[in-house]
Amino acid sequence: MMSAVMPKARADALRGPLIALTDIRKSYFNGDLETPVLHGVNVTIHHGEFVAIMGQSGSGKSTLMNILGCLDTPTKGSYVLNGREVEKLSDNELASVRNETIGFVFQGFNLLKRMPLVDNVALPLLYAGVSMAEARKRAAVKLQQTGLGEFLKRLPNQISGGQQQRVAISRALVCEPALILADEPTGNLDTATSSEIMNLFTRLNEEQGMSILIVTHEPDVAKYAKRLVRLKDGYVTYDGPMADAHL
Amino acid sequence: MNFWQVCLEAFRAMGMNRLRAGLTMLGIIIGVGAVVLMLAIGESVREDINRRIDTMGSNVMVILPGSSTSNGVRAGRGAAQTLTLSDSAALAQLPVFANIAPIVQQPFQVASGANNWNASVYGVGPEYFNIKDWTADKGSIFGDVEMRSVSRVAVVGSTVASNLFGEADPIGQTIRIRSRPFEIIGVLATKGSDLGGGDQDDAIFVPLSTARQQLIRSWTPGSIQYILAQAASADQVQDAVYDATQLLRVRHRIREEQEDDFTVRDLASIAEAAQGIATALTLLLGAIGSISLLVGGIGIMNIMLVSVTERTREIGIRMALGAKRRDVLLQFLTEAIVICVCGGAIGVLLAYLGSVAITKFSPMEVGISTSGIVIAFSFSAMIGIFFGFYPARRAAGLKPVEALRYE
Ligand SMILES: Nc1ncnc2c1ncn2[C@@H]1O[C@H](COP(=O)(O)OP(=O)(O)OP(=O)(O)O)[C@@H](O)[C@H]1O
Ligand SMILES: [Mg+2]
Repeated sequence: MMSAVMPKARADALRGPLIALTDIRKSYFNGDLETPVLHGVNVTIHHGEFVAIMGQSGSGKSTLMNILGCLDTPTKGSYVLNGREVEKLSDNELASVRNETIGFVFQGFNLLKRMPLVDNVALPLLYAGVSMAEARKRAAVKLQQTGLGEFLKRLPNQISGGQQQRVAISRALVCEPALILADEPTGNLDTATSSEIMNLFTRLNEEQGMSILIVTHEPDVAKYAKRLVRLKDGYVTYDGPMADAHL
Repeated sequence: MNFWQVCLEAFRAMGMNRLRAGLTMLGIIIGVGAVVLMLAIGESVREDINRRIDTMGSNVMVILPGSSTSNGVRAGRGAAQTLTLSDSAALAQLPVFANIAPIVQQPFQVASGANNWNASVYGVGPEYFNIKDWTADKGSIFGDVEMRSVSRVAVVGSTVASNLFGEADPIGQTIRIRSRPFEIIGVLATKGSDLGGGDQDDAIFVPLSTARQQLIRSWTPGSIQYILAQAASADQVQDAVYDATQLLRVRHRIREEQEDDFTVRDLASIAEAAQGIATALTLLLGAIGSISLLVGGIGIMNIMLVSVTERTREIGIRMALGAKRRDVLLQFLTEAIVICVCGGAIGVLLAYLGSVAITKFSPMEVGISTSGIVIAFSFSAMIGIFFGFYPARRAAGLKPVEALRYE
C-alpha cells in the first residue's frame, strides 16, 4: 500500500496514531483493598514522536509504561496500538506485539547475566522465529551500530553500565520495532553517560524516525524529547511540546 | 524458537549451573542405572533357570518312593523302598508314557590309576538318556545288549572325565568302582547345573543290571530308588500322572482311605514354580530400581521449582522480549528432559559397566538388553516430562509485569 517514495512523515500520518489511550484507569488490588493509580489517562502519540513522561515518584509512570508495553492490562479504558485494540489480543498475540512492535529499555538494563552480549541481542529474533545463525548476524550488526562491535562475546558484567544500556538498546532495536519504551533508561547512569544514551535516542528518532517514549525524573534528560507528558497522582497535568513546558 | 534452539538454551542453562545440574542428574543416573542393572540381573537369573529347566528333558516326571505327607507329617522321600523293577515294567506298559527309566544311585569313590574322584554312580537303562535328551560327545552310550549281559561298562559325565583323565581320552580306559573295573565306553555332552545347583556332569552311568548286582545292594528284591518317566506328549502329562498314580496304588494294594506310598512329581510344575520365583525376583529388583528413579524424579522437580523461582526475573525479561507462554514452558520442560536424558545415558553406561564387572567377578552372566536400555531411556524422558511439567507450567503462567518486578 505504502510506496517507498512516499515521505516518511506523510506515510506516518496516513497510518493514524501509533498509540491511542482513552480513559485508561488502573487500580491495584490487595485482597479487597483497591488502590487506584491511574485515573483516566487520555494520550495520543503519533509515529516518529519522541515523548518524555515525567512526574513524582508514585505518580503512576511505570504503571502507565507497563500498560503501554502490553506487560500489564488496564482495569478500564481502551488502548489502541498501531491500529490494534490491545484488550482484544490473546496472550500469544500480546507476546508477538511485544516482540515485533515494541522495544523495551529498562532502568536496570535487564540483560541475561550469563549470556554473551551478541546472544542477548539475538534473543528477540529467536522468539520471532529467526534461525540462530541469522539472529547472531543481525545482532552483531546492531551492536556495531551502537559502537559495541568489539564486545560481542563478552558477558554483561564485563562491560560498563553505559555500555550495558547500549546493548539493551540494541536488543530493543533488533526486531525493528515501531516504538521504543524506556522506563528511566538513565536512572543508573552518571551524567556523561546519560547524555551519551540520550544522544543515541535522539539520533534514532531524527535519523530513523523511530518513535520513542521515555520516563525520567531528570529535566536534563527529558529535554532531549520533543514532547512532554506530566503525570501527577494518576492524572495527566501537562501534555504538550517540550519547549513550552516548565521543567 | 525451533526445537534445536530450545535444546541449545536448555544446555546453556545447565552449563550456567553445572554443579546443580550434575547433582540433579546424579539422582537420575543412580535411578536409571539401578533399574537397568536390576532388570538385567533379574533377566539373567531367569535365563539361567530356564537353561537349567531345559536340561531336565521335556514332559518329564519323577516317581519317588514314600508319600509326600503321612498323617500330616511330611516323611522324607525315599524313606521306604517301595518301588520295584516290576512297578517300572508295569508303568512302561501304559500308553501315555514314551519312556520309563528306573534308577539306582549312590556316591562312590572311583579311581583310575593314581587318580581318585568322588562321584555319583547311577544305574540306568538306555531310556534314561532318551528322557534327558543326552548324547555322548565321545564314544557311545550302552544299550540293551550291555544291560542283558550285565557288562561292566560306564559312561561318564564331562566333570568326571576331566577330573580323572584331564586332557587324555577316557574312552577305553578303566575305572574302579568298589574295586571292580569298569571300561569307559562314552563321555557325555556337558549339561551344566540342575535347578538345585548340582553339577549334572559330575556323574557316572553304568547299566542298571550291573549296578544292582555288583554295586548297590538292597534288602528288598527287585527294588529301585526312583523312576524317571516321560509322557508321550505335553498334553498327556496330567493323564500320565493320574494313570501312574492309579496303577501304583493298585500294585501296592493301597486301600481307598490310605495315602499313596509313593510320590509322582511333574517336573514342569517345579519348573513353573522356579520361573515364578525368577519373575518375582525380577519384579522386586525392578521395584527397588524404580524407587530410586522416583526419588531422582522428585529431585528434578525440586530443583526445577527452585530454578523457576530463581529465574523469575529472567522469565519476565524473556516475556518482555516476545517469549510466548509456550516458549517458556518448553524451555523449562526441555531443561528437565535434557537433565533426565543425559542422566539416563550416563546411568545406562554405569549399568553396563556394572554388568561387565558382575560377569567378571561373579559366576553370574549379566547382559544389558537393548529393550532394557530403551525402556530406561523412555522412562527417564517421561520422568523429565512428568516432574518437569509442573515447574515449567508455573513459569509459563507468570504474568510478565509480576515476573519483571520480582527481585
Ligand atoms: N504491584 C503493585 N501493587 C500495589 N500497588 C502498586 C503496585 N505497583 C505499584 N503500586 C503503587 O502504584 C503507585 C504508582 O506506582 P508506579 O511504579 O507506577 O510509580 P512511578 O511513577 O513509576 O514511581 P517511580 O518514579 O518511583 O518509579 C505507587 O503508589 C505504588 O505504590
Ligand atoms: Mg517507576
